[in-house]
Amino acid sequence: MTFAMVPYMVVFLIFVVGLYAIVAKRNLIKVVVGLLILDYAANLLLVLVGYRTPAEGAPVAPILVGGAGKAADLAARAVDPLPQALVLTSIVIGLSVTALVVALAIRLYEKYGTFDTERMRNLKG
Amino acid sequence: MQGMSPIVKNMTRLVAGFIALFGIYIVLYGHVTPGGGFAGGVILAGGLALVVLAFGEEFARKALTHEAARTADSIGAVLFLLIALLGYAGGVFFTNLLPAGEVGKLFSAGIIAPCNVAIGIKVGAGLFGVFVALAVFRRAGAGGQTGKIEG
Amino acid sequence: MDQVVPLLVAIPLAGGFLIPVIGRLTKSHRATAVLPIAMACGLLVIAVSLLARPDETIVYWVGGWTFPIGISLVADGLSKLVVLIIAVVSLLALLFSLEYMTRYTSPGLYYGLFMLMVAGMNGVVISGDIFNIFVFLEIAGIASYALVAYGTEADELEASFKYLVLSAIASAFILLGIAFVYNVTGHLNWAKIAEVIRMGGGLTMPLYVAAAFFIMGFGLKAAMVPFHAWLPDAHPSAPAPISAMLSGVLIKACGVYVLCRLTFSVLGNHQTFGAVLVVLGTLSMVLGALMAIGQGDLKRLLAYSSISQVGYVVLAVGAGLVGLGLAKDSEPLAAAAQLAVFGGLFHLVNHAVFKSLLFLCSGSIEYATGSRRLDQLSGLGKRMPVTGWTLRVGALAISGVPPFGGFWSKLVIIVALTQMAALGHWAFYIPTALAVATAVVTLVYYAKVQRSVLGGEPSEASGRAREVPFAMCLASVLLAVLCLASALIVLPSVRARLVDPAVRVLSAGAGSTAESATVRAASGDGEVSTPAAAQVAAKEGMTP
Repeated sequence: MTFAMVPYMVVFLIFVVGLYAIVAKRNLIKVVVGLLILDYAANLLLVLVGYRTPAEGAPVAPILVGGAGKAADLAARAVDPLPQALVLTSIVIGLSVTALVVALAIRLYEKYGTFDTERMRNLKG
Repeated sequence: MQGMSPIVKNMTRLVAGFIALFGIYIVLYGHVTPGGGFAGGVILAGGLALVVLAFGEEFARKALTHEAARTADSIGAVLFLLIALLGYAGGVFFTNLLPAGEVGKLFSAGIIAPCNVAIGIKVGAGLFGVFVALAVFRRAGAGGQTGKIEG
Repeated sequence: MDQVVPLLVAIPLAGGFLIPVIGRLTKSHRATAVLPIAMACGLLVIAVSLLARPDETIVYWVGGWTFPIGISLVADGLSKLVVLIIAVVSLLALLFSLEYMTRYTSPGLYYGLFMLMVAGMNGVVISGDIFNIFVFLEIAGIASYALVAYGTEADELEASFKYLVLSAIASAFILLGIAFVYNVTGHLNWAKIAEVIRMGGGLTMPLYVAAAFFIMGFGLKAAMVPFHAWLPDAHPSAPAPISAMLSGVLIKACGVYVLCRLTFSVLGNHQTFGAVLVVLGTLSMVLGALMAIGQGDLKRLLAYSSISQVGYVVLAVGAGLVGLGLAKDSEPLAAAAQLAVFGGLFHLVNHAVFKSLLFLCSGSIEYATGSRRLDQLSGLGKRMPVTGWTLRVGALAISGVPPFGGFWSKLVIIVALTQMAALGHWAFYIPTALAVATAVVTLVYYAKVQRSVLGGEPSEASGRAREVPFAMCLASVLLAVLCLASALIVLPSVRARLVDPAVRVLSAGAGSTAESATVRAASGDGEVSTPAAAQVAAKEGMTP
């Protein structure tokens, strides 16, 4: 296991932590937070996948400054911009799901008076 | 929710315009610098949320209403779809109709800028609507009321 | 003519944003419903017109940006079939909601969310690259979470929460799979990924992991055992037309369709994935039927029955995949495998029709009597004749009684499995026997439903019942007619138009390589029948 694998291991760890929070926690809000962590881990993996080491020098972010003449230079040194676009979309999707699940949690709280899933009839894990 | 102290209210009056301006800047320069529709929209929504937090929920019910947020939301989305459908005039769905210009200038990159504006309007209004629905309408719905949001 | 393909997504998306505004301007329920029904009719017209040339694969490059950086929309035989199913079921469910949803508030929100769900499903089916499928999957998913919770009673909120959490876990797994696939192949386009995998000599370890993630994620969306836990809570709690949409088309468009695409056309190694699909399908089929027997709530029984019937579809498709993977030279095995795939797709069409009919009937029963429990309902056959007869038609069709469509599709599946077993693969006798046994069990519990709900003397709850309004009856009757009409798919002429192009697309994707298809296309040898070949041919045509 080389040093370069460490970020991937950390992402996997975050994913497992999120999964544990969803499955094992009794409080609704902790389940919501676990869902967020799970989403972040998947987004992190997507960003990591786009990392490229260029032929010389350090990799830069794929932002073009200084006109079209610098484009070839940037293309040689930048990390992959496509996963970053994918992650933007995925963050927006995660935001919508989070808004919906928090609204549901608030409504459930109004119905039952508690966030404890043990007291809610159908929820099992 | 009540408003906050007069110090916060005065500061918000001064700062809210700048926050809105910054959000608009991020949206408009989306094809040149990082940011774009979504990030600018979030900043706009944050500014609006700040105003509601500082001035209390009375302000949210009278001036920055939930209805206005949802209408602006739909307008932004329909604007985006219109831009995409206008591409049919150029032959293919979602074609670039405006000139591409030079890289790095403000008036360049074809339809990306209008699309960013549409997305900025939608995201700003939509996120603000979510904030108002969750935080302001908190006690509206206990006891079997059907339909998720009033109206 | 090709220009209408993006409209399949653009029209319902526009509806999803305009209808809430209209709903707030006009407070009337029926005025709000005019636009969605008009849009659904438009979608049906587009879907039927796409079927006018069944063998043609339309590859539509959005914005004029082409291969390999552009976004493509692909409408081939399988996509056209699923688009047709979505259009038909959504139109009839909208017709039903015209009267049923007057019991709920905010019609603008309901129809807006409904249109968003249709837009998402259409997008999943016609999209040509993995990430767009993920985005449209999420659009349809978010709309469905909100619709399941639409009544905001405690049960519905809990069911929606559970559905949301499990479905979000599945989406996270799918995103991980996409990351792995992008890392290994460097592309997102279906066709290009298939080409890269074949040129690279097959599947490597990261791709197996990605495939496992995809099967977990899309298997949960398709409600296969062991990922089915959300369905028995979510489908009964939704309003009846939404249950019909969820059970009838959502689990198929988002789950089964993508699994077919993935395993047939993109990944290699058909034996392994086919075997996995066969095992999962058999498990779902058997466990769904066993758990349906003991249910006392009508809609929960129908939900478990959905799991069982989708298990049939996955079993047939998986068996076909195994057969196509093994049948490099052997002609009879390839023919049996194609018959299995045909049976699976036929059953998919059938199940969409009769499960939506059954859910709509249960909605009518709930509308008229206020109860869903089997022990509280009886004697409805006399009080509600139209609903009673359509419920009988639906139950007979799903149990596999001739001459309804369900009989023919189950027969085709069992015959195909037996043929494959007889050709030397003894292991297939087990799923065949289980399929026959499950068909008998299905007949048993649907007979119980019919007897307890329709027969006997009217109970206290059904004493209040009157026949439901005209729009709901119309939707149920039209679906019942379709149950009978879908049996016609066995006829060769109908079959050649509707289902055979889909079968050909899937088996061609499993058999041919991108190179041979390109050679065929370049020599002007008729139309290409796989999206891979069509997109590669388009690229070749682009470079001078």
